[in-house]
Amino acid sequence: MKTMGKHGLSRRLSCLIVVALLCGCGKMSSSTTLTQEPAGSDATLAESTETETAVQHTATIRKPPPVLGAVFRVEVTGTNATSYEGHLQCAACHSLRSSNPDNSKSSHLDEFHQGLRFSHGQLSCVSCHNPGDNYSSLRLADGKTIPFEESITLCAQCHGPQYRDYERGAHGGMTGYWDLKRGDRVRNHCQHCHDPHVPNYPKFYPAAAPQDRFQPSHGKEGASHDH
Amino acid sequence: MTTNPATHLPVLDNQPNSRRGFMKACGATLGLAAWATALKPLTEWAADMNVDEFLQKHYRELKPDEKQAIFRRLEADCKAEHGVDVKIADPQPNDGVQFAYALNLSICIGCRKCAEACSIENNHDRKTNNSYIRVFEMEMGGIDFEKGDATYDHPVPQPDKFYMPVQCQQCENAPCVKACPIEATWQEKDGIVVVDYNWCIGCRYCEAACPYHARRFNWEKPTIPAEEINPNQGYLSNRIRPQGVMEKCTFCLHRTREGRMPACLEACPTGARVFGNILDPQSEIRWVIENKRTFVLKEELGTKPRFYYFFDE
Repeated sequence: MKTMGKHGLSRRLSCLIVVALLCGCGKMSSSTTLTQEPAGSDATLAESTETETAVQHTATIRKPPPVLGAVFRVEVTGTNATSYEGHLQCAACHSLRSSNPDNSKSSHLDEFHQGLRFSHGQLSCVSCHNPGDNYSSLRLADGKTIPFEESITLCAQCHGPQYRDYERGAHGGMTGYWDLKRGDRVRNHCQHCHDPHVPNYPKFYPAAAPQDRFQPSHGKEGASHDH
Repeated sequence: MTTNPATHLPVLDNQPNSRRGFMKACGATLGLAAWATALKPLTEWAADMNVDEFLQKHYRELKPDEKQAIFRRLEADCKAEHGVDVKIADPQPNDGVQFAYALNLSICIGCRKCAEACSIENNHDRKTNNSYIRVFEMEMGGIDFEKGDATYDHPVPQPDKFYMPVQCQQCENAPCVKACPIEATWQEKDGIVVVDYNWCIGCRYCEAACPYHARRFNWEKPTIPAEEINPNQGYLSNRIRPQGVMEKCTFCLHRTREGRMPACLEACPTGARVFGNILDPQSEIRWVIENKRTFVLKEELGTKPRFYYFFDE
């Protein structure tokens, strides 16, 4: 501790020198950016800053899985005028039919979309689906239209805390690098775990139990469960 | 029996003492020289040097090429025994990195995917379905491991239960490290407690000392089908352990020291697991610890775990 005092003066001096040098550099760089500014557009500026911090990798969100019977194309299961069987775009039917804002139960769907499981709070179809666009897009609570690909924004309207956690990397599965300076990360979409129509995480069998010496499998042959 | 003095064998007592005396003198001189040499390093013990620093200076460490020779030998052993080409590396702790792990009890569903991934990643014995993670199905209302069940076998999550995976807590004040009589286990700079499987004598003191039951003993040689052996191995982490040594979770240091996520986190479907560098103020783990209701297991023991549990609400 005593030796610290001895070097105090020389440290201060070296600090001063460093500060002076930094000031010099700062002036130089600011002058160069000034001269560059008229020539370069916003895009090139962004590029140059990107190359400076090129080591920063990105976290991308996986493409959401198809939602059963509801995204972009729907399997025609009911009867219709043309007896067409196959897949149709949403607007193929919805441009010809007026919307029914009261539909909130799958049991209401007796002509098309039969068998769609729906259990998501007190929502109705048009809480999320956009009748103004023949159901080809989604609609936020403020009326703004968003494409299906941006459904996370729609979920976030009601599930704020989950979205906050998701943004901070504390909700939702991911793979890749914890250190984004060294590699990319791929993140799950809400829909990888939560079907928008039935968002409750389904129950399923866990991976096989360990053959724990201290906790034998309660005589249930459990550890030999080999699925 | 008649005695003839002329036929007497020479009696030793009659011999001059010079040979024995010479040998004694030689022995004493050699002994003294050895003693002086042995104590010589002590003369370099400066006043501001503690015991650890002193020992470190006079402990002969393996040189990098000697280490490489050991890794190549172990790789050859693995090839001979399992017929698999593996790569054994020794990734070093990163500067400015202290690992921490957090687990969200509110969203863990007890699917045991983490334990399964651990088993595959870390070349665990398949016969016992071993892994470094034990997932407890717990009674709501408290943390009572006596009522916990780690071998449940029914659909999850059960409505009246919560799920608590427990693995090595990488304690800052690790009882296992203190219990080891031969320093075969120690804490690295980034906080990970490791075992040198070639140094461990298998006394299992560390297993008894761990309050989290996080260490495992290789009662038998691990059996792994050749095609399931993970060839990306670390000397201090997931290389195939010999029989009779201890093993433990290393936060997958062969992955995490290269910036990647641990295998258990990548396997978690719900995102209940958060991993990162606690020294980085922008990291996810730091946000969780600063903003969530976090706790550590058995805090009263003073082990200072680097593994945190937290709730959403």
